[in-house]
Amino acid sequence: MLLLLEQCLNGLQFGLLLFLLAAGLTLVFGIMDLVNLAHGSFYMVGAYFAATFVALTGSFVLGAMLALAATLLVGMAVELIAIRKLYGRDHLDHVLGTFGLILFFNELVRLIWGPAGMNLPLPPYLSGSIEILPDVYYPVYRIAIIAAALAVALLLYLVVMRTRVGMLIRAGASNREMVGALGINIQLLYTFVFGVGAALAGLAGLIEAPILTAQIGMGENILIVALVVIIIGGIGSIRGAFMAAIFVGLADTVGRAFLPELFRLVMTPAAASALAPALSSMLIYLLMAIVLVLRPQGLFPVDRK
Amino acid sequence: MSAFFTARSIVIGALLVFLALLPVYVVATGQFFPLTLFTRIVILALAATSLNLILGYGGMVSFGHAAYLGLGGYVVGILAKEGITSGFVQWPLAIAASVLFGLVVGALCLRARGVYFIMITLAFAQMIYYVAVGLDRYGGDDGLTIYRRSQFAGLIDLSGKVQFYYLCLALLIAAIFIVSRLVDSRFGMVIQGSRSNDRRMRAIGFPTFRYRLAGFVIAGMMCGLAGALLANHTDFISPAVMHWTRSGDLIVMIVLGGMGSLFGPLIGAVTLLMLEEGLSRVTEYWQIIVGPLLLFIVVYARGGIAGALAGLHRG
Repeated sequence: MLLLLEQCLNGLQFGLLLFLLAAGLTLVFGIMDLVNLAHGSFYMVGAYFAATFVALTGSFVLGAMLALAATLLVGMAVELIAIRKLYGRDHLDHVLGTFGLILFFNELVRLIWGPAGMNLPLPPYLSGSIEILPDVYYPVYRIAIIAAALAVALLLYLVVMRTRVGMLIRAGASNREMVGALGINIQLLYTFVFGVGAALAGLAGLIEAPILTAQIGMGENILIVALVVIIIGGIGSIRGAFMAAIFVGLADTVGRAFLPELFRLVMTPAAASALAPALSSMLIYLLMAIVLVLRPQGLFPVDRK
Repeated sequence: MSAFFTARSIVIGALLVFLALLPVYVVATGQFFPLTLFTRIVILALAATSLNLILGYGGMVSFGHAAYLGLGGYVVGILAKEGITSGFVQWPLAIAASVLFGLVVGALCLRARGVYFIMITLAFAQMIYYVAVGLDRYGGDDGLTIYRRSQFAGLIDLSGKVQFYYLCLALLIAAIFIVSRLVDSRFGMVIQGSRSNDRRMRAIGFPTFRYRLAGFVIAGMMCGLAGALLANHTDFISPAVMHWTRSGDLIVMIVLGGMGSLFGPLIGAVTLLMLEEGLSRVTEYWQIIVGPLLLFIVVYARGGIAGALAGLHRG
């Protein structure tokens, strides 16, 4: 029971992390109609920036802030230089162009920071565990992740639902041409949204860096999971991305923890230990395939009139 | 296609002559490295050719095509590990496994369109990737060494570098020929028509789903064979073969060479892998050049190399 609770918290934390990645991806997808495979690169860049700035400044929070700002700038620069040319093109072009960006960023990071990964040490106040229930200890850092990501999600919700910029973003997601026709500087909006999406991915990266260390190619696998999230949630929908991210995070984490046990109930231990890990890694892709077959527009589609 | 000696046909002809004569040079100089490199290029060109059938002609952007490379490879690897080294068993089984996978995946994926199709093919490729990672008996994440190449009862010895190279080249040429026949057939016309306007094709009475599924399966079949070749070439198979970035590489080859052109995938495979090889000698950080180059081609040279060559003549 306690294990389940702990795994659920882990799943929630992973889900929120996925949401940070998926939010930017789904906005860019929904508004600019752009498949951005290079989104994972911002995740990686954010982690490296954080490791560098934290080491330079000696402060975790200050370093993280600087890393976020730097990732935002990198994202906007990439939009201005490269991504802008891809709007309105075929999805295949997006896949290829941004695939090229992944290669570029991986090598750039290797050139600047070297092939070895970078550690991001946690400050004392974030390391260690606290007692969340009598006799149940949980790492402080993971709780901080959950709190921070929830705060960001709330902030994002408020910005998107309650501000003028957010209104434009929502309008852009449902009808791009109309927003442009009404005299909004759509180019500027695009650059802004892309930069914010990159910064959110960078935030996810810097959050993961202390747990997994910053390394080259770290964004590639998680990017695919984030794509799964936005497909399940419905492209362009922040709410959908949030729900789907939590769902996928929980399914993945809890599945990995409990599928072996479940399988052992119905088959021999040898077969269970062979089958369960593969199946639990496949679980989220299976979910996505089922969603796509039954409800191709995702669970929470944006209304497109 | 009016003039015989277009820039395109000269380049393709030269390339084919080069590929055919490469072993002669290699045997004469005793430098076997180029042959190893080009065996790999030819095998990957076969994989890219198969993908081009559905991507270039059918408009189906499958982002999980490397799954078949792994599938074919794993069939060879697993059978070899279990003591069945006969190629007459291994290769047909590799193809059969690919057909089965293609049928199931295709039947599900082809309901989706556009970016959803890209994502769902990717999802299935990821699934089979993780299945391979989970195969503890067959090396799991670390992969599986194949100690004996497929045996063909003395007909052909795959350990002979030159023989193996010619076999791969022959299969590649055969695949290109099959694709060329398919594309010009009624079947190919339906697939191409469905790329331009699927609704109209259905309205005039073609059950396009079946045609596209057949195309999807044929492409998978060829790529499964390429997987069997690749496993024999490297004497090794691991999940890395089907990592999603490998599927990306195959698409890159096609677009680099020219989508929907017969020899485009071959030109693309040669270009990409030679570029890799050449640049990695100049600088360790060669991808920093290839990445932006790719972006440049996507933005400014959609037709790829084959398209540029055709354009040379037209302009």
